[in-house]
Amino acid sequence: MTSPASDGPAIAFDRASFRLNGRALVRDLVLSVNQGETLVLLGRSGSGKTTSLKLINRLLLPTEGEVRVNGRRTSEWDPIRLRRGIGYVIQDGGLFPHFTVARNIALVPQIENWPQEKIRARVQELLALVGLSPDLADRYPAQLSGGQRQRVGVARALAADPPILLLDEPFGGLDPITRSEMQKEFRNLQERMKKAVIFVTHDLREALLLADRVALMEEGRLIVNLPVAEFPHSREPLVRAYVEAFSGTAESR
Amino acid sequence: MNFWQFLIANHQQVLDLTLEHIVLVAVSIFLAALVGIPLGILITRVPKLSRVVLGTANVLQTIPGLALFAFLLFAPWIGARGGRMAILALTLYALLPLIRNTYAGIRNVDPAVVEAGRAMGLTDRQLLFQVELPLASGVIVAGVRIATVVSVGLATIAAAIGAGGLGEFIFRGLSMLNNQLILAGAVPAAVLALSADVGLGALERRLGTLRLKA
Repeated sequence: MTSPASDGPAIAFDRASFRLNGRALVRDLVLSVNQGETLVLLGRSGSGKTTSLKLINRLLLPTEGEVRVNGRRTSEWDPIRLRRGIGYVIQDGGLFPHFTVARNIALVPQIENWPQEKIRARVQELLALVGLSPDLADRYPAQLSGGQRQRVGVARALAADPPILLLDEPFGGLDPITRSEMQKEFRNLQERMKKAVIFVTHDLREALLLADRVALMEEGRLIVNLPVAEFPHSREPLVRAYVEAFSGTAESR
Repeated sequence: MNFWQFLIANHQQVLDLTLEHIVLVAVSIFLAALVGIPLGILITRVPKLSRVVLGTANVLQTIPGLALFAFLLFAPWIGARGGRMAILALTLYALLPLIRNTYAGIRNVDPAVVEAGRAMGLTDRQLLFQVELPLASGVIVAGVRIATVVSVGLATIAAAIGAGGLGEFIFRGLSMLNNQLILAGAVPAAVLALSADVGLGALERRLGTLRLKA
């Protein structure tokens, strides 16, 4: 991917909609993310969060409106080039089960034909970055714990140092302790990396911990988009419902 | 003279016919794989074709073996040579398991893995060769195995149209009411089928575990 334009957001939704069989999964979405900023897309299952992510790396094209990456419409991008500049992390990693950890992490450098020596060094660097022992390099995904697989998924997404990172409920399948560990590590990582990050979750606490801005979606629509400090104080009924739901569970513990 | 003495006395002919048999099966399976695997891949890409392709292969499969050989006797461009005819018939029979297993194998690859690959910027070609085919290889080999075992049995009938193979012994034995001749064809054919089954079964398991743990 070309280096991010110095002005203008890294990712911009401009009244983007996505319809499938007449049903709008995303409607009139207007949203932008700057380089170095982390936006959390918060919402229930089926609210259009994942669909929105897929509109960014052109796994889907908007049926109306447009999505721009570095100022250029996704429909104008060569999809392969676009995607190689966008890291993508999904729940449970989406790792290739027949590749070792090292080959999984090296996926994009490999298809980009980096020299072998550079790839090996990068894999070691990434294993350290995501807190994995170098001994794991030759293991297969099925031989790892859920938390380790997720770390490999993050390492794979970061391998070619893409300026944009998309994460779709990456920590959703983890136990609470591993999860909170990974959230903290991810926050530290993001402070150093300064990428444009969109992080999808349905967990308000996770959103408040990781976000610079929180965008709440419901039935394909954007309800609010606020800086993280203001979000919990919004008078928007849906935000109130979220805050109450989460404070409720906190008190009952 | 018992069966073993017969085998030893006629070992040269037994070996020749066994070899002929192996060649018939090997060439047919090779040709069927050459056509069937790409067809199986094609119908995962163009789902509209899947019903036509699988339906046709299915119909071919239901034609009784002897009848198919008999039909081919009338095929003008191929009917003159028993060997070629037998290979064509065996190839047609082997198509269904190959197409079906390639199709099913690829369709059963975890969609999340394929989508992750696509999202990382793999091209369709890279996805096919680096992700889908390796992950489907166990199921594809299972198709080769089924096709091979069936072909070994079916190839004995090919002798009826002069294609040679171990069926020669069986048909000769049947007409001469000679049990030893029948066995001299049937036993090596059974051994061939079993070894193909065991050998390809082992390969299939190896490829199957590859995608789970390795």
